[in-house]
Amino acid sequence: MRERGYYGDFGGSFIPEILVATFDELVDAFAEAKADPAFWREYETLMSSYSCRPTPLTYAENLTEHFGGGRIFIKREDLNHTGAHKANNVMGQGLIVKRMGKQRVIAETGAGQHGVAAATMAAKFGFDCTIYMGEVDVQRQRPNVFWMEQLGAEVVPVSSGTRILKDAINEAFRDWVTNMDTTHYVLGTACGPHPFPEMVTWFQSIIGSEARRQVLEQTGQLPARVYACVGGGSNAMGIFSGFLDDPVELVGVEAGGRGLETGEHASRLASDDASVGIAQGYKTYFLQDGDGQMKETHSIAAGLDYVGVSPILADLREAGRVRFAAATDEEVVEALRLTIRKEGLIPALESSHGFVQAFKEAPTLSRDDVIVINQSGRGDKDIFTVADAIGDPKWKQFIREKAEEYDA
Amino acid sequence: MLEAILRSRREEQEILLMTHIVIGYPSFDDSLRVVEAMVEAGVDVMELQIPFSEPIADGPVILHANQQSLAAGSSVDLCFEFGEAVSRRFDIPFLLMTYYNILFKHGIDAFAQRMADAGLAGAIVPDLPPEEADEYLAAMQKRDLAPIFIFSPNTSDARMGEIARVAKGLVYCVARKGVTGADTTFSEDLDAYLARCRAATDLPLALGFGVKDRADVDHLRGRVDLAVIGTQTIRVMDEQGVDGVKPFIEGLRGPA
Repeated sequence: MRERGYYGDFGGSFIPEILVATFDELVDAFAEAKADPAFWREYETLMSSYSCRPTPLTYAENLTEHFGGGRIFIKREDLNHTGAHKANNVMGQGLIVKRMGKQRVIAETGAGQHGVAAATMAAKFGFDCTIYMGEVDVQRQRPNVFWMEQLGAEVVPVSSGTRILKDAINEAFRDWVTNMDTTHYVLGTACGPHPFPEMVTWFQSIIGSEARRQVLEQTGQLPARVYACVGGGSNAMGIFSGFLDDPVELVGVEAGGRGLETGEHASRLASDDASVGIAQGYKTYFLQDGDGQMKETHSIAAGLDYVGVSPILADLREAGRVRFAAATDEEVVEALRLTIRKEGLIPALESSHGFVQAFKEAPTLSRDDVIVINQSGRGDKDIFTVADAIGDPKWKQFIREKAEEYDA
Repeated sequence: MLEAILRSRREEQEILLMTHIVIGYPSFDDSLRVVEAMVEAGVDVMELQIPFSEPIADGPVILHANQQSLAAGSSVDLCFEFGEAVSRRFDIPFLLMTYYNILFKHGIDAFAQRMADAGLAGAIVPDLPPEEADEYLAAMQKRDLAPIFIFSPNTSDARMGEIARVAKGLVYCVARKGVTGADTTFSEDLDAYLARCRAATDLPLALGFGVKDRADVDHLRGRVDLAVIGTQTIRVMDEQGVDGVKPFIEGLRGPA
């Protein structure tokens, strides 16, 4: 094993022997790409011509007026191709796959955004593609399943375990240990064995470097605080990367689900319910019981209900560099509605977690302060979940009529 | 200790049998009956798997058994009680197999102490590479327990040498890529691979992943010291009940 990849006490590479050679190959391919300035240029060119980079930093004037505190800016990762920051990571890994000469990619997906992004990358680069997705997520994110299949990917519903994101990751690993010679596993977040946390963070750091430049251009100052939702942690690591060396407070917002006190949440770093463990190939805080068995998690946002969290974020929390908070399902829907009405922006339910905490804190800051929220993805994919949460009668009527149309 | 037992058994048998169960699947009572049947059928060493919620190296059959055992209320404490009961009662070595988080959460030294107290001989932890294993190795060595490591077909010669330096008891050679339970084609590639394994260590070699019937076991005679029957016994039990286990094991090595 070439490198173990620790961030403080977290990370590492706890992999079955059969995968050691594959990880060594990946560590080398990543190191070569990172050391090659032409690689990053190729990546930026791809992202500016195929996706929408640089994504804008939008001044949210109406929300700023509404809260009457710090000036709110929104980093628009929703404007990436496929509608989320996930594109940054998959296109980058796609370029590495090309370098390694593999022909097939596999990926896990929770909300479906990473799956759609991976399937899109595979279509563009001509790779075969299989996506593993928990059965529960297949149910609640059907539109994304539809698009993955249209893009030519095989979507495999995972019926083992809790049937959500972590189970999809396990299945993807099982595929990989069988097919590693031809296949690269495009892990979607800054978790998993080394080099994934570092590699995914590197590709996502494009968010933070743009945001830093943009906020300085637009306001002449650094933000007081930067907010991002945290599932696995890739969008948060992406935007935080730009400000780690600055006097900027970084705030990660996890899924508070039905409330931290109910136990039905996915807050690993904002609650006391998680403890350090080793699973899915790396060491971090997991929501687990005293024996080390992983617990069920809950969030209204499929992309946030993961039992583990980026080892880099776990380390940044221990170091006191990133503060963590939790947003409940209810607060998330409220923040989403407000953002739609006030700004005409539709953040994903995942991203809306970051908005909740920013809205709580904005009134306590002064007009001289700037805050940045990472809108990691767009919310139109969540139309079924949001319509249910809002209880819109016209939507229900439409679905009924549509169903009748199919029955006829 | 484990190595000595295996060597002495090996003097009487051309190939030893190692079998695998998931503790508590389908129930603790059935697990006990399976162990009894296996010992009676002449199994030489057994792996007892403590179930884990995220068994990434296991295929669908063992994955399902892990989940069912946990759903039925299995716990690490109950698994240790079981391990102690069978190792006191039956005169073969028993190994624990589980994933690293189970040891880590328990406290690695405390886990090894419980293994020693229960009379267990060693452990297989498939997601713990030697690079991460310092604390585990020290805890196992202190109590003369065998830390069993894994070779795979894509493990380099140099790495096999590094693994062999810390391995005790036996080395588990994975026959092929993939997870437990899929079919394995035993080919000439296997011979070349086993020659590399043999060159890397003097420890007894066990070959597992896809060994399922008498023909497979016969093929391994003279090639390795132990054949590992994992998934197939769980399949036999699922299909024929606990009573099917003894004849199945006897048929692997006994008179045709």
